[in-house]
Amino acid sequence: MIGQVIFIIILLAAVYLFGKNVAQVRRNILLGKDTDRSDNPAARWKIMAKVALGQTKMVKRPTAAVMHFFIYVGFVIINLEVLEIMIDGIFGSHRVFSKPLGSLYGLLIGGFEVLALLVLLSCVVFFARRNLLKLKRFSGTEMTTWPKSDANYILTIEILLMTAFLTMNAADYKLQALHFGHYVTAGSFPVSALIAPLLPAGASALETIERGCWWFHIIGILAFLNYLPYSKHFHILLAFPNVYYSNLEPKGEFSNMGSVTNEVKAMLDPSFVPETTEVSRFGVKDVTDLTWKNLMEAYTCTECGRCTSVCPANITGKLLSPRKIMMDTRDRLTEVGNNIDKHGKDYIDDKTLLDNYITREELWACTTCNACVEACPVNINPLEIITEMRRYVVMEESQAPASLNNMFGNMENNGAPWKYSQADRFNWAEKE
Amino acid sequence: MAQMAAEGNAPEILFWVGCAGSFDERAQKITRDICKILQHVGISYAVLGTEESCTGDPAKRAGNEFLFQMQAMGNIEVLNAYNVKKIVTGCPHCFNTIANEYPGLGGNYEVIHHTQLIQGLINDGKLKAEGGESFKGRRITFHDPCYLGRGNGVYEAPRAALEILDTELVEMKRCKSNGLCCGAGGAQMFKEPEPGKKDINAERMTDVLEAGAQIVASGCPFCMTMLSDGVKHINKEQEIKVLDIAEITVLANGL
Repeated sequence: MIGQVIFIIILLAAVYLFGKNVAQVRRNILLGKDTDRSDNPAARWKIMAKVALGQTKMVKRPTAAVMHFFIYVGFVIINLEVLEIMIDGIFGSHRVFSKPLGSLYGLLIGGFEVLALLVLLSCVVFFARRNLLKLKRFSGTEMTTWPKSDANYILTIEILLMTAFLTMNAADYKLQALHFGHYVTAGSFPVSALIAPLLPAGASALETIERGCWWFHIIGILAFLNYLPYSKHFHILLAFPNVYYSNLEPKGEFSNMGSVTNEVKAMLDPSFVPETTEVSRFGVKDVTDLTWKNLMEAYTCTECGRCTSVCPANITGKLLSPRKIMMDTRDRLTEVGNNIDKHGKDYIDDKTLLDNYITREELWACTTCNACVEACPVNINPLEIITEMRRYVVMEESQAPASLNNMFGNMENNGAPWKYSQADRFNWAEKE
Repeated sequence: MAQMAAEGNAPEILFWVGCAGSFDERAQKITRDICKILQHVGISYAVLGTEESCTGDPAKRAGNEFLFQMQAMGNIEVLNAYNVKKIVTGCPHCFNTIANEYPGLGGNYEVIHHTQLIQGLINDGKLKAEGGESFKGRRITFHDPCYLGRGNGVYEAPRAALEILDTELVEMKRCKSNGLCCGAGGAQMFKEPEPGKKDINAERMTDVLEAGAQIVASGCPFCMTMLSDGVKHINKEQEIKVLDIAEITVLANGL
């Protein structure tokens, strides 16, 4: 009985805390400017099913794709078992699904065990890839202490959770064989049966192990749930809405700025009266100038580095790293959110995303080739942030590199980016 | 175009030459080759000549939305005045800009890239690869321009023009959606690269060499410049030729 009460208190606290953290992240995302991504729901559901649920963009790197798939499927399906654990915890029952499900229960538990083993092995391999093989993709200037630790915490927690789950089953399996207490014969244990011989033979020791692992596993899961909003691992939830709200237009298309259209029209035709006279900044200087979609992407990024590893600027040693663009955006947004919590919503600190986080050298190294956008398994678009920041630098500050200012001047005067006269534009026809 | 309009004629298609196609010596040749193909198959076409102006692409990618929209609105005014319906461009940047970014500013046209024009003519049986130079035994690879490939999903059209040749089409390690940029996009063409270990076109040459290609085909005047410079950089000008899909088509047909 006391166990049930403790369980319910822990569960409620975990759910409350998680809800609070999610609300904070949501608040931060909505600090972004509005953008309409509600069109074409049919296409959006389809792309979500394909890219988020079906993980079609992961397959470009088959090794990682297979192991990630094991962890993903394992995570989703083992949650059925977590449901049983929750019910058992609340009502003080033991393996509550075993009776109503009958022989199917054995099949399910057996399946969970195989998945748990696959998750465990995949996590061990992922851990080795990061820490022993030191894959280049997992290093880089932005991969400082916290991002590296974050990745290792996630893998370690998952390894521990799966170990606890299998050990719990192994002890249960042995207790079942001893016909001890409420441990009715239920389930099949293809994996944990193999580790059962390693456990002690005494019933009370086994029960301590079984209970210990049960509590460790479920408290671990609830703690992990509350770790998510602080971690790159948040992608397991945000990947779905993030892909749903993907850009459905061709990647080459950059948005036309409505505010500029108004000004250009007014310039060409003095009698033109713009519909709205919203005073806003051209381009992006800080995170609050970005759209909520850009900000959602920052929280969705799991720092896998596929974008950076295909970036032509990064490959050739330039400072730009698309992954850093996303991580900087999230870090700055978290900072802005914390400022609001501490000092109220009108507080302005002396920092901005531009310069304090992302340098101009990074912005100007981009070739706008869309390789990063194409590579992202959850359709994040670092290029949009880069372009918007260029817009701020060029239109608000007139701080483009000198050679680009020359190009602008040529285009304005001659209608071409080079210093050729428009009158010579047809000369190609006379040559052979 | 002005002349045709004055005579009361409407061409089937407007050929949007672009700045590189108008002024860059190498790209001028490609412009003339595209005209040869149009003449060869008997499509009536026009060019804007001195009435054409930059689409604004490099300004937009560099963040100068004002200049882009000024250029765009000026061009749209000209195009709409001539009642243009269909456009073929010799450049993926012009193609992307007019096809995707002009509609929102009042310019609605059916826009194709010249490799799509060539693919269509091949499919209709109007264009073959005969009567000209043989490409037999020469390894050809295709470098995907970002704004044609990833930007607009056009991967097969340029390859269709190469597949009808009597030769082997080899792919580079980084091709199609994984293609590596030549280094010119995003207005990089008009500035020095940021400090780094090497230039992007030099990096691309490792793929070209690995594929063992003797001909690198492309469909973009900026890629053309970067790839040609890259080949020069590795001192392989004799062994490796960089050719536009239009040039290859003209050579294969002896136009």
